[in-house]
Amino acid sequence: MIDPVFILIYIFVFPGFLFLFAYALFLSYLDRKIAARMQQRVGPPFYQPFADLIKMLGKEVINPHGVDWRIFDAIPVVALAAVMTAFLYVPVTGASPLAFSGDLIVVLYLMTLPTIALFLLGWLSRNIFSAIGGIRAVTQLFIYEVPFFLALLTPAIMAGSWSISEIVLWQQHNLWLVFLQPIGFIVALIGLQAKLERTPFDIPEAETEVVAGPWTELTGRRLALMHLTTEVSLVVGSTLIAALFLGGPLLPWTLSPAWLNGACGFGLFLVKTLAVLLVLSSITVATGRLRIDQLNDIGWKYLASAALVQVGIVLVINYLWVIP
Amino acid sequence: MPEVVVPIGPHHPALKEPVNFRIIADGEKIVRLELDLSYNHRGIEKAAEQRNFIRVLPLLERVCGICSHSHATAFAKGIEEIMGVEIPPRAQYIRTIIAELERMHSHLLWLGVAAHEIGFNTLFMWTWRDREAVQDTLEEMSGNRVHYGMNEIGGVRCDLTTAQINAALSRLPVLEERIKKYQEMVNSEETMLIRFRGVGRMSKEEALKYGAVGPTARASGVDYDVRRDDPYLAYPEVPWNVITDTRGDVYGRTRVRVGELWESTQIVRSCLENLPAGPIRVEAPKNAPKGEIFSRYEAPRGELAHFIRTNGTDKAERVDIRSPTLANWTSVAMCLVNQNLADIPVIVAAIDPCLSCTCRMVVVNQKSGTTDMAEPGFAGDPGGRRYRGRP
Repeated sequence: MIDPVFILIYIFVFPGFLFLFAYALFLSYLDRKIAARMQQRVGPPFYQPFADLIKMLGKEVINPHGVDWRIFDAIPVVALAAVMTAFLYVPVTGASPLAFSGDLIVVLYLMTLPTIALFLLGWLSRNIFSAIGGIRAVTQLFIYEVPFFLALLTPAIMAGSWSISEIVLWQQHNLWLVFLQPIGFIVALIGLQAKLERTPFDIPEAETEVVAGPWTELTGRRLALMHLTTEVSLVVGSTLIAALFLGGPLLPWTLSPAWLNGACGFGLFLVKTLAVLLVLSSITVATGRLRIDQLNDIGWKYLASAALVQVGIVLVINYLWVIP
Repeated sequence: MPEVVVPIGPHHPALKEPVNFRIIADGEKIVRLELDLSYNHRGIEKAAEQRNFIRVLPLLERVCGICSHSHATAFAKGIEEIMGVEIPPRAQYIRTIIAELERMHSHLLWLGVAAHEIGFNTLFMWTWRDREAVQDTLEEMSGNRVHYGMNEIGGVRCDLTTAQINAALSRLPVLEERIKKYQEMVNSEETMLIRFRGVGRMSKEEALKYGAVGPTARASGVDYDVRRDDPYLAYPEVPWNVITDTRGDVYGRTRVRVGELWESTQIVRSCLENLPAGPIRVEAPKNAPKGEIFSRYEAPRGELAHFIRTNGTDKAERVDIRSPTLANWTSVAMCLVNQNLADIPVIVAAIDPCLSCTCRMVVVNQKSGTTDMAEPGFAGDPGGRRYRGRP
């Protein structure tokens, strides 16, 4: 039985919501700063995402004509709640105390909700740009979701468990899965980029085409919460990839005392998520936006096939190399 | 999905100037396009008829914020021809240098905008940074970054000192290197190829039929450049090539513009190195004799034409400006049909539209349902305000 106070602290303070928000805003800052430096700009100061959040929370909320404001208010909250919940199951300093067998499926499901929320926002906005953006969001979902899920399920097949913590443990005893499944790792990174709707997958919110897509009619705290959702998704996504492919926060050996072990795990978590972020930022800077039909081709022809090949390889490895 | 009308403009993030497209789309495919121009009638042609030639030049420079030198030169060139004034070679070279620097900053700006339209912001930031080198050179030479005010009837306003020439020459190698880099990027950068190739294609026949001009036409294989085919300024004396491409799509237009960037650096270099000595202007008469002139000029966006009619006074009786964007609009409307909704910004940007230069007042006769351009003198008092009507 775990101490309930510990659970509360875990959920609300560290590494729960308080740390999550701070880290999400920090990652957002780093992302912007890295992109800016690569584009030979100065970039924002470190408090900029926080200042943006506070500013937008304080701005007036405008209800578009004929829109049900209750649903409009609720959707960003639901989306944010979903990704915040997802963060509770990914390992930060060590295995999450809330982990259960099958939490990988729950995390993937919760991470899909913001896209559905965006679609609903676009559809409810009664604005042509939002509607097109919403439809694009959901079309894109059908394209990247299958390869992304397949790529994230291959670690589960290899480790023989649907629990993120057990996959991390498996990697502690064997190899990092990125070495065993490089194709899956690449597909997962691309899928994450698409899930976060960053260039080249920012099709739903393509500024020059559909203004801001589903975001067009969002104002004030709704906009703030949706931005926060994206930033938190970035944390959850990079933590998930770090856990499934890069060995998560566990060292190959156990240190004593326990706090040192936890601190090292936390350090590894920071290093690995920052590494994932660096890759994602580089993709953003190095590419332009795809068109939805081009994404369809690429997603189904190459990404999905690559993910399937990876699943096949994993099955063969599992068959030949009986894991102890 | 049923047909939907997507209104783009007059306020839209992809458009920095006022124009309205009503895109009738079937899902992501464009069925048809309705174009509504002229949100921003400024009465410049009318105002140009009220001022003497000295005061007209600064006014005409303000037709466009990018090709300001083009308009002033086109007008000055026409008036000088009517007056029978031959400007000194040094003035011609200086005008050419400014014109080509202007083309460079315009094309660099365009390359950035085109990249921004496909969400490739890195190239956008890079080209706009490099554009600053051109702007700095222009500022050193003329004192201004945008409206250089270099032209006068009979020559140019200020001379280039040796220090200015050396400073400009020292910046050129950097620019040449960057432009080489962009040439490479345009031909090899996958993200640009995938969005530019085969988009907004226009054949040579169509380009001729719809009267496209400038890089838009040259990208479709129309081998026509006013600088070569109706030579003016120092262009006949400088070695350079007309860049054409046979692809006719946005990719072709990008290649033409980047090629022209390179040619411009060579023209500027050659002009700076061979700048003839001598005076920079001659005394021009105050009045122009009665006459009509059609002055053509290759602006960065294509052929710019000024029609000037004089009546023996110090004012023009009629100034009619045909900006290159006006000539290219029809080709846009044609190119967009059957394309993707996502390709609108880049196809529109591919002609490098300059909308406020293109806006004209339209007189709508509701009884007969006809529309006409405003006749000279229609507006009565130049401050008089008329509103755009719909037929």
